Amino acid sequence: MSDSVSQCEFSLRVNGVQTFVRACSMERLLDVLREKLGLTGTKEGCGEGECGACAVLMDGELVDSCLVPVVQAAGSSIVTIEGLAVDSRFRALRETFLEYGGAQCGICTPGMMLAAVNLLDKKPAPTMDDIREGLSGNLCRCTGYAQILEAVAEAARRGAAR
Amino acid sequence: MKSPATIGLSAQRKEGLGKVTGQARYVDDITLPDMLHGATVRSRIPRGKIKKIIFGRGIPWDEYVIVSAKDIPGKNYIALIENDQPCLADGVVNHPEEAILLLAHPDRHALPKAVAAVSIEYDRLPPVFTIEESERQSEIIWGTDNVFKRFLVQKGDVDAVWEKADHVVEGEYFTGAQEQLYIETNGMIAAFDAKKGVTVWGSLQCPFYVHKALMALFNLPEDKIRVVQTETGGGFGGKEEYPSMIAAHAALLAMKSGQPVKIIYDRLEDMAATTKRHPSRTRHRTAVSKDGKILGGEIDFTIDGGAYETLSPVVLSRGTIHAGGPYYWPSVRIRGKAVATTAPPHGAFRGFGAPQSLFAMERHMDRIAQVVGVTPVEIRRRNFLKQGQTTTTEQIVRDPIDLEKLFGRALELADYDAKKKRFAYENERGPKKKGMGLAAFLHGAGFTGSGERYLSSVVGVEGRADGGVRVVVSSTEIGQGTNTVLCQIAAETLCLPYEDVEIAQPDTMDVPNSGPTVASRTAMVVGKLVESAARGLEQTLVGCGMLAERHTAEEFRAACRNYVAARGTFRSLARYEPPSDVFWDDEHYRGEAYATFAWAVYVAEVTVDLTTYGVTVDDFVALQEVGKVLNPVLARGQITGGVAQGIGFALYERVEWRDGRMQNSQMTNYIMPTSADLPPIRVFFEELGNAHGAYGAKGIGELPMDGPAPAVVNAIEDALGVAFDSIPLLPENIFDAVTVDAQPQSR
Repeated sequence: MSDSVSQCEFSLRVNGVQTFVRACSMERLLDVLREKLGLTGTKEGCGEGECGACAVLMDGELVDSCLVPVVQAAGSSIVTIEGLAVDSRFRALRETFLEYGGAQCGICTPGMMLAAVNLLDKKPAPTMDDIREGLSGNLCRCTGYAQILEAVAEAARRGAAR
Repeated sequence: MKSPATIGLSAQRKEGLGKVTGQARYVDDITLPDMLHGATVRSRIPRGKIKKIIFGRGIPWDEYVIVSAKDIPGKNYIALIENDQPCLADGVVNHPEEAILLLAHPDRHALPKAVAAVSIEYDRLPPVFTIEESERQSEIIWGTDNVFKRFLVQKGDVDAVWEKADHVVEGEYFTGAQEQLYIETNGMIAAFDAKKGVTVWGSLQCPFYVHKALMALFNLPEDKIRVVQTETGGGFGGKEEYPSMIAAHAALLAMKSGQPVKIIYDRLEDMAATTKRHPSRTRHRTAVSKDGKILGGEIDFTIDGGAYETLSPVVLSRGTIHAGGPYYWPSVRIRGKAVATTAPPHGAFRGFGAPQSLFAMERHMDRIAQVVGVTPVEIRRRNFLKQGQTTTTEQIVRDPIDLEKLFGRALELADYDAKKKRFAYENERGPKKKGMGLAAFLHGAGFTGSGERYLSSVVGVEGRADGGVRVVVSSTEIGQGTNTVLCQIAAETLCLPYEDVEIAQPDTMDVPNSGPTVASRTAMVVGKLVESAARGLEQTLVGCGMLAERHTAEEFRAACRNYVAARGTFRSLARYEPPSDVFWDDEHYRGEAYATFAWAVYVAEVTVDLTTYGVTVDDFVALQEVGKVLNPVLARGQITGGVAQGIGFALYERVEWRDGRMQNSQMTNYIMPTSADLPPIRVFFEELGNAHGAYGAKGIGELPMDGPAPAVVNAIEDALGVAFDSIPLLPENIFDAVTVDAQPQSR
């Protein structure tokens, strides 16, 4: 695909840094992040927008990066798990995921945390139902979700959204 | 000595920080210089002879590395038990998705088109899709009778009980295939070096299974094969045996190309081609007295193994031994049978045969209750195994387990009696019917029978130059908490802070063989060996006068530093010693099947909406006795995760087969539970301890898979008054049964 179609340069802001990448227009944002920018924290689980492992924030909205062609992401601001990891505002979320057992095998965790950030952004004091609903686009096979939901609820109590 | 008391506390996940910051490195996150990408050309038919392989036009084939069976330097099989599964089909295919050719190319996007451009002409042979077709033997596809393995468990004189019986209760129960659906698909990277041999890095549960398979495939000695586990995004059994196949494929391409090769399955390929839970059929015929006591019975447990034997005999063994549930059988005859079909081989999945046979047992208990005319509660109370009685394999129950008490507590936690009454009243009104269902069960921890003796696992603990210690095992972290729990055990034993203990990345060049990461054995069996190895380390320091018998953590660290400075490597090994009082007869399948059992009672509350025929689980109580809980947060996570998979097994996860191929190999059409589909899963533990496990631990990982499906289906029967004996149970199945039931002739 990459050698048969001409590549263009795209500009996006990734984790606060203005970034230029050469890619084919229809290349998935997921592949651009992982292969061209080395941001392998974003995971591929299904490649069809069902599992949410590849979720990132695009201009503040949660998107599945496997469904976003890079041409659509051009000019936008992207936040990945690597961006959250260095942001002290999300410290509470990292801590509660560890304390409450929100991460087991860890493969859904980056997407799950981005979904949580997105939820807390919109609802700083979510109910358990809000959290259940807000994370229902992200599949986890290990936990049965209970400890993830509790981690997000506790992060909200600790003021993660502020 | 001051104990840091890390056992029983929720130490934080050892590798957790990497997981919450996106820094953990899974196999697909790794790129090696000059790495190619590999892909697999597979059979699209169930069975046939390969006549011709045609490389289609429009593909620059000279850019591709192509491997076939004739490129295999050693044996063309994936070494496991019977060694009957080829690494690459050689002239004949026995199931859809069987690997035939391998391709590699520098651009991974160039592979799907090339795979699609290979067409294969076959002389088709008749397929065998079901247990019943296999039993008819109109086509012999394996051995002389299509049977991989049979077991016979006999206790007492079952033939004499029928005439004494007041009731003879029969039932037939079915469970479907289930996909493990770890969120990280399978993947491997391999490198080949003429001097160093083969190295593979990948997502896997059992490094030494892969090691053994590669030795046979490449005809290389053990020091020329190196297997390294990368961070693994879930396994549940699905990465027990199949990773050997992918490692073999990547390594063959690496050898032929002279470059490292990465193979990552996409979701479609992973679901269609790799193993799933064995479909099963269980027949019960039970002699019961008028007061509801089981007098004896016959149980026929049959599983569909798929096209090659792989792990089916072992899955069958566990399912057969668990088929009698946690009940006392004065006499019983259990026949277990694994048959061949032309499906891709079914394999390990959490529970390993027990969820299948226990589904049947717990559904059958409700059927017996109805026939006798007592409640599901009462029928179980009257038949529970008690301490001192024997199981179906005549193993004496030595645990001080009181199942009646456990059962009573679960009913209380679920508010069972009050809810039953309320639902009976409320179900008269409106289209939403509510019900309560029970399941009582047990799960044997560790390998079956003489399995642990044959494994003879070895575990190491090393003193480090900085005074801390390092656990060296081949047991893998796959999300369940191996790293954390084994470090807790070493810390507790040596009275060191948890932070002073680290664990090696499993690498067959570095770690001893502590056995496979399966069978709920890691915390209990491997953990116990970590305890011994850690003690050995301490005794060495004390023995050579570098450490006083009573010492502080600081003194231990100083002694350890000094030892390493003076003598270099400081490693203490411990090997599994079978307990002397354990007797197991492999021939007659009699004796101590497991060192110990975990016990549980689960209660499900459901609503069936007779407008949509959808089922929701509204509440779920999971009460279990798993010995000492080493880490409460991790233990609870094992239970909630297992219950979620069990609810999926019962209500959502159906593999749609067409001509032997899985048609719904996508997450959009193979449905697993989301956070919106699950009830609050309320988890409770009793802790009786266990002399055979580290600090009293028993196995925990598989247990929670056994109970949810029968509890949920029993609750659905309670809600509707209609019995269902087959899972998965989807709304359309309930619709069919309820509307048939509404026909006049059935009442």
